[in-house]
Amino acid sequence: MMENAISVKGLTKSFKDVEVLKGVDFEVRRGEIFALLGSNGAGKTTTVNILATLLRQSGGVASVCGFDVEKQPDEVRKSISMTGQFAAVDGILTGRENLILIARLRGVENPAKLADDLLDQFSLTDAANKRAATYSGGMARRLDIAMSLVGAPKVIFLDEPTTGLDPEGRQEVWKTIKALAKGGTTIMLTTQYLEEAEQLAGRIAILHDGRIIANGTLAELKKLFPPAKVEYVEKQPSLEEIFLAIIGQKESA
Amino acid sequence: MKSTGILFGRLMRHILRSPDTIITVAITPIAIMLMFVYVFGGAMKSSLGDNVNYVNYQLPGVLLMAIASGIAYTAVRMYGDKTQGMFSRFNSMPIRRSSVLWAHVLTSLAANMITIALIFLVALLLGFRSSAGILSWLAVAGILLLFTLALTWVAVIPGLKAKSMDGASAFSYPLIFLPFLSSAFVPAKTMPVGLRAFAEHQPATSIVDTLRALLNCEPVGNGIWVALAWCVGISAVAWFFAMRAYRRVK
Ligand SMILES: Nc1ncnc2c1ncn2[C@@H]1O[C@H](COP(=O)(O)OP(=O)(O)OP(=O)(O)O)[C@@H](O)[C@H]1O
Ligand SMILES: [Mg+2]
Repeated sequence: MMENAISVKGLTKSFKDVEVLKGVDFEVRRGEIFALLGSNGAGKTTTVNILATLLRQSGGVASVCGFDVEKQPDEVRKSISMTGQFAAVDGILTGRENLILIARLRGVENPAKLADDLLDQFSLTDAANKRAATYSGGMARRLDIAMSLVGAPKVIFLDEPTTGLDPEGRQEVWKTIKALAKGGTTIMLTTQYLEEAEQLAGRIAILHDGRIIANGTLAELKKLFPPAKVEYVEKQPSLEEIFLAIIGQKESA
Repeated sequence: MKSTGILFGRLMRHILRSPDTIITVAITPIAIMLMFVYVFGGAMKSSLGDNVNYVNYQLPGVLLMAIASGIAYTAVRMYGDKTQGMFSRFNSMPIRRSSVLWAHVLTSLAANMITIALIFLVALLLGFRSSAGILSWLAVAGILLLFTLALTWVAVIPGLKAKSMDGASAFSYPLIFLPFLSSAFVPAKTMPVGLRAFAEHQPATSIVDTLRALLNCEPVGNGIWVALAWCVGISAVAWFFAMRAYRRVK
């Protein structure tokens, strides 16, 4: 039972007449990176918001770290941290102040030191005392994720952590997520890109039409796809590699 | 409680980093005050009587206008927090959900009190004088605070529900003009019948009359209870709808 960091059974959610989730089931083991893959409007954000206690489900049960999201939201909030689809940083505060704010709210000892450590870990030290509103998309996202690490939550939700980032920014975030998982944190992320799931996740579930239509390791999922599709997907990273190679040449020149 | 304090500190920092919001809020009421005192003041003196200090007379109305425009920024700050995902961030953290809302409310009270102090200062320069005792001043402060609280709860609603930044602040325009249709600048009895009926029964008139009486050391009569009832009534109704809107915020 406590093997699972997240457990979702028969989860449904309707907005007025629209049935967005029609019975979602999945489990995420402790220390695992789990990717929820789905196209626009599939219900990824809805699922994550329910697990993060921001939204109430219409039916079914969901628990995080053994706590029911509906009945024990306070306990769930103590175990998690949520990075929403759009970077939620306070633009008027500096990067450092943003981190100190969250650290104080979470009652962390020595917030200033923790902030400096995180700034360093996320290569934001140079921009530490600039207002977050002046950050690039990638920097804001990194700060956003850094803020989610404050207080060392057991489970981290990342809703489309790399959408809107350029390939370089995406690589940086991927590196961060991998490092996090090494530290033993359970990570559930959502994405629209198969390659992202492929890069990061130990297990991938595909959300489509309100249900999980596939769930397994990359190798297991690949067997489900017709070869033609696999080829198409495999072309994408190569484009990205070319782009990165060009950028890399420019910078070293 | 602790998290309310931390979040209040965050929002006050916002205000201190953009002092223009306080100046902008204060500048229009101050300009209106200058206009009334210097342009209409002479004519008003001859109709109200020579013993009337017109700076004193119009000050309460100007203060209400300042509060009405100040709370527009409360709505804008809430709208910003909602659209930038700050509410989601805070509400998925192990802190009391209400502390996020109360931080906004306290910030609104503090920011408006700063504006009000500024306007009192300018009024003093223009010739505002009062021999009111400490109790009367406390009553004045209490009513202004209560009025600010009432309008703050009103502001929370568009702050949470608006679809655009302009939408979040537009609600304040009619409120800003309310004092013009009250006894704030001219006695209501000089107005045409219909307007007079409106003026005599809207909240600004009872609040203005009460503040004026307190500052001029005159008896407040029953007016103070009407003024308080308006403030408490608006607070209660707006609070109900504000909480309903807040429950629906993710
Ligand atoms: N508050 C709401 N009221 C009504 N409908 C909603 C609400 N929130 C989401 N929806 C609908 O639910 C569906 C799923 O939305 P959701 O945001 O969960 O999708 P998503 O998979 O995260 O999509 P995206 O990739 O665009 O972020 C969409 O059709 C959306 O329009
Ligand atoms: Mg989404």
